[in-house]
Amino acid sequence: MSIRLLLRSSSLRISLLYGVLFIAAVMIVLLFIYFTTVGYLDRQTDSDLNADMRGLMGQFEAEGRQGLVQNIAQRVRQNPDGEVVYLLTDSEWQPLSGNLDQWPTSPIDEQGWTDFLLYEWDFEKETRHARALTTSLPEGYYLLVGRDVAERDHVQHLILDALLWALAITVVIAFGVGLLVSSRVTRRLENMNRTARGIMEGDLSRRVPTDGSGDDFEQVGINFNRMLDRIQALMTTVQQISNNVAHDLRKPLTHLQHRLEEARDSDPDRAREALEKASHETDELISTFNALLRIARVEARGWRSEFTEVDLGVLLEDVGELYEPTASEKSQIFEVFTEKGMFVQADRDLLFQGIANLVDNAIKYTPAGGTIRLSSESSSSTILVTVSDTGPGIPTELREKVFQRFFRVDDSRTTPGNGLGLSLVHAIADLHKADIRLADNSPGLKVELSLERHADH
Amino acid sequence: MRVLLIEDDQEVANYISKAFDELGVVVDHRDDGRDGLLLASTEDYDVLVIDRMLPGLDGLGILRTLRANGNTTPVLILSSLGEVDDRVEGLRAGSDDYLAKPFAFSELHARVEALMRRGGSEAPVTQLQVADLVIDVLARRVTRAGKEIALQPREYRLLEYLMRHAGQVVTRTMLLEGVWDYHFDPQTNVIDVHMSRVRAKIDREFDQPLLHTVRGAGYVLREAEPN
Repeated sequence: MSIRLLLRSSSLRISLLYGVLFIAAVMIVLLFIYFTTVGYLDRQTDSDLNADMRGLMGQFEAEGRQGLVQNIAQRVRQNPDGEVVYLLTDSEWQPLSGNLDQWPTSPIDEQGWTDFLLYEWDFEKETRHARALTTSLPEGYYLLVGRDVAERDHVQHLILDALLWALAITVVIAFGVGLLVSSRVTRRLENMNRTARGIMEGDLSRRVPTDGSGDDFEQVGINFNRMLDRIQALMTTVQQISNNVAHDLRKPLTHLQHRLEEARDSDPDRAREALEKASHETDELISTFNALLRIARVEARGWRSEFTEVDLGVLLEDVGELYEPTASEKSQIFEVFTEKGMFVQADRDLLFQGIANLVDNAIKYTPAGGTIRLSSESSSSTILVTVSDTGPGIPTELREKVFQRFFRVDDSRTTPGNGLGLSLVHAIADLHKADIRLADNSPGLKVELSLERHADH
Repeated sequence: MRVLLIEDDQEVANYISKAFDELGVVVDHRDDGRDGLLLASTEDYDVLVIDRMLPGLDGLGILRTLRANGNTTPVLILSSLGEVDDRVEGLRAGSDDYLAKPFAFSELHARVEALMRRGGSEAPVTQLQVADLVIDVLARRVTRAGKEIALQPREYRLLEYLMRHAGQVVTRTMLLEGVWDYHFDPQTNVIDVHMSRVRAKIDREFDQPLLHTVRGAGYVLREAEPN
């Protein structure tokens, strides 16, 4: 999977957006922690200094300058580490007591607070800062009470470090997981895309790999594959049909060619005869093409386009009336059993064509003296139209095949026909959502067409 | 007789023009929809034969424009789409007949002729006669040379249709449409069997045959075979 693809993927964008929101939330929490902990240390120092200052000022009021100087000296002694800082100066800023050499030069705010450099780094000591509270005492003295804050700064730095690390880890996790999730999504989509591209390039056997996880992606993949199976099956059918068409049309075209050659090379009388035959063969070719087109058009039509309410009883009687003379010419018995008033939603002309084709076949394949029966039987929801004959019938194993274009049970072509009649019947039945079934009439063939009865009747 | 043919396929147009020419029918040809419409609305024709797919303006467009302007010249639509829904659409747009390509010229000729004749005889007739064959339309009674002939209902309707188109070639599909009122393709010659029954009843016992088979086209009912 290419980086370019990943960068364009919507899943990555969504992951990144969630990552940024997550990081922002974590940052708010960390800032809160920082200000509560670090702020607490600051406030602790300041309140210590305030308390210290109040104590010393009380001392000064009670015992005066001498007492204060002694007290400061004592406190300095008790803290040999130099953590506490004191300085008492006279009005000329000259030190009187304390452990600071001189009054700091750093700015002092209105309440007397100041931060200053305790000492610069040198080879013995590291740089240390101090925070102090200053005040002026009566009689022109100045007092400074401070703390070395190196320890506090150190703790604050530790906290800040810990928080920054937490933030860094959060960023890594957020983006890492986002990238991982989106790359997984993108990869699975890309699998489908690759399959689709392969198919567009002509390899219809490609399928989306499935991992058995049963998740929604796999469901999409499985449906995608099923769709492809269906398309491939249809393609195969189409290919078969066009192969059959090419094959079945080559023969009459060759005949036609022979006739025309014969006409070219013969005397006028025979040429005329040959041309007549050629013309007749052309007519048959055209009618074959028309029949093919017709099937294709019926198959392409939508359910109920141009449908009207048709009385099936009347239609069957009309079919019977049209074909009865043909049957009686073949000394066949043609019986019609139906009643008027059975309504279906249908394309009248096509339904007539379909049933006429079935009757036509029955008459064609039934020997003289046989019986053809066209009947209807209606139940509450369906009407069953049956065309049965006493002809040779169709062997069970061929019953599905007879609906294929150009398929003929008797391939010797002794009976006229183009092998498209039943294909058209099948297409018409499909258009009417009717079931068509071939059965044994023992002897003979029975074709059953089951139509949906019109609800209003 | 004048026919206007609006057809952009030169091959088909030549074929039709030539065949009509041989029959003495004058054919004007235009290969563009707009030119065709212009000519159809300015000149007087007996029948318009219009292809459905045309450059400029399509066949149904021409037809609708003509009908909207009150032009009632019979129109036959030619179509290479040629299936039932197109046919219905064509008839709805105001065409009088519809023929799918490819077609035999005899079929086109028979239909054009039927359209031309129809123009004049709109008045209801009570009696039809060809030679000594007479049918009483109201009583549905058929006599030849004064002798009554008994016909089955369908046979009667076939004969009536033929009588109404006396002297014209009537094709098998025209009979299916006109008498059975189904537009479909009979795979075998079912019509011929019906016709031979009619023929047996009206011609067998008489010297002069009236019902003639026209090879490759259909049937014609007329007094005598012209030489």
